[in-house]
Amino acid sequence: MTTPQHSAVRARTAAPAGGTAAIEFVGVNKNYLSHGETVPAVKRTDLAIAQGEFFSLLGPSGCGKTTTMRMIAGFEEPTAGKVYLDGQDVTGVSANKRDVNMVFQSYALFPHLNTHQNVAFGLERKKVSRSEIARRVGEILEIVSLTGMEKRSPKEMSGGQQQRVALARALVNRPRALLLDEPLGALDLKLRQQMQIELKRIQREVGITFVYVTHDQGEALTMSDRIAVMNAGVIEQLGSPREIYERPASRFVAGFIGTSNIVDGHVDRVEGGLALLSYTTQDRVVVPVARPVRQGDKLEVSIRPEKIDLHRGVPPVQSTGGSVLSGTVTEVVYHGTSTNYTVATAAGADFTVFDQNASNADDLADRGDRVYLTWAPQHSYLIGD
Amino acid sequence: MTASTVERPQLPKTEEAARIRPKRRITGGGLLHAYTWVIIAWLVVPIAVMIAFGFNDTPGRYNQTWDGFTFKWYGRLFEYPDLTSALITSLVIAIVSSLLAGALGTGIGYALGRYRFTGSGSLNLIMFATMSSPELIMGASLLSLFVSAGAGLGPITITIAHVMFSISFVAVVVRARVMTLDRSIEEAASDLGATGWVTFWKVTFPIILPAVFSGVLLAFALSIDDFIVTAFTAGTTKTFPIWIWGATRVGIPPQVNVMGTLIFAVGVLGAVIANIRSSRQGKRA
Repeated sequence: MTTPQHSAVRARTAAPAGGTAAIEFVGVNKNYLSHGETVPAVKRTDLAIAQGEFFSLLGPSGCGKTTTMRMIAGFEEPTAGKVYLDGQDVTGVSANKRDVNMVFQSYALFPHLNTHQNVAFGLERKKVSRSEIARRVGEILEIVSLTGMEKRSPKEMSGGQQQRVALARALVNRPRALLLDEPLGALDLKLRQQMQIELKRIQREVGITFVYVTHDQGEALTMSDRIAVMNAGVIEQLGSPREIYERPASRFVAGFIGTSNIVDGHVDRVEGGLALLSYTTQDRVVVPVARPVRQGDKLEVSIRPEKIDLHRGVPPVQSTGGSVLSGTVTEVVYHGTSTNYTVATAAGADFTVFDQNASNADDLADRGDRVYLTWAPQHSYLIGD
Repeated sequence: MTASTVERPQLPKTEEAARIRPKRRITGGGLLHAYTWVIIAWLVVPIAVMIAFGFNDTPGRYNQTWDGFTFKWYGRLFEYPDLTSALITSLVIAIVSSLLAGALGTGIGYALGRYRFTGSGSLNLIMFATMSSPELIMGASLLSLFVSAGAGLGPITITIAHVMFSISFVAVVVRARVMTLDRSIEEAASDLGATGWVTFWKVTFPIILPAVFSGVLLAFALSIDDFIVTAFTAGTTKTFPIWIWGATRVGIPPQVNVMGTLIFAVGVLGAVIANIRSSRQGKRA
């Protein structure tokens, strides 16, 4: 069992502190041969996933996340490098001899077998006794809330139920790690949100390492202990959801995780750990800097849309040392709980601003209005810092 | 409240659609009905004639004019020992060759549907070539082959020939099924600890079984009434179609119609059972 504090400690370290990692990649890369040309799917990757961790591989399609997972399962072999499960080298070991189980995107249930037979399949291969199989299948079906569905065939069940059968079929074998390949992709939004909570609960209950492949950043943020954001075969950033959201390591991560405003500028002066980027006499961006920065350096700054305040008049507290950008509203989209503005700013970049509709509901700006955007210095984040 | 306001505007649309559609059906529908019945008659009349003449109370051997109704041919079904043994020979050859073609064709169909390998393209081509090549040519070349190889013509050479031309049909049917089979189902089996052998027999084969079954039925149907290739490869062996061909000069006895009717009835029964099974599966879904 993993306590929340425990996983929080783990989340901060790149490699698990103490003990062997559940899954470890050392110098793994994978090339495909396509029409006589070598196409890299995963470039040199080192990775360590801790015992009992909920680990997500997040990225757009074609980024190498599924290939990475299939190398853990044993469906693909790395072109170079080693894969370890619980400290044991499993490189070259076939999928049926690896102690991990997978939940497929299409569920891949056996259509000619009923729920019980589907779930019992793995145990039968291991020659577990009949009574033991009956006990363990019953137990796992209870965990995934499918008791009473033993005799149903996959065709007689809804997508959500099939999803649970797939989960039970993998978990019943008590694998060292459970691999989930976009398992919620085929479900509608309501069911997906419900299953996200369910999956988290099941993971806590069984205490097994989960490796979760998804392109849905919201899903990854809500469920994971740690996330590896992948792009073009490379892990761009590895960290806790909070780290990845608040301190994106690259422009790609900042853009892929949620919405980010990214603005370029040259350093005007540095003062007390804050760099000032000026555009006009009144338009400026203030950003905390950890690394040494000199006047004239070009910086990339990311600001989350919900951190920005939008003013229709001249901002009242211009002297507090925060960022100020003037601009013109080009788009207003009402979203119920918030209003999203697009503002063409003096810094050259278009900004997205999420304004909560809580208190200032009658204070909406219109298209074409001249507005001022302000935010506190700590809400600017220097990319790559 | 909200539900009714949302649904109401849709109602007139469906009513309108319902009013328009039947009008179109009056002209188009009448023609379609007539056409359907013509086609059904075209397909069924020859079979109906065969069945009817099995009940014909014909006095001589020429069973070509209607002479009244009788059941007596059913009672005297095995009156001609030659005919009976020819039928048995045909049935044995059909069963053996369809099972062999089923086993071999399933292997080929699975391989072609699942993998791309050296020679898979030419194998595809050869399969279609054997299906489309004229039987006369196949029969003649098989005859030269068997004779030059010194093989005595008989039931074995007939079986070899029948397996040869029906493999492709089984392979094509099985390949089509395997191509639509989700690859990850087999991966799941392997992931759960099954070896390649166990995966095939516990997962793949049960799923593709209906396709294998229809391939075998097709091979059986091709074999039981094959005349041309059989005539070249039979030697002195008499199969059911060869016996009938021989009898045309002296008149075909009504027993032939009865045997044809019985074979047809077994086929219909098989089709009905398959239909009921698949519709039951459909209802469950």
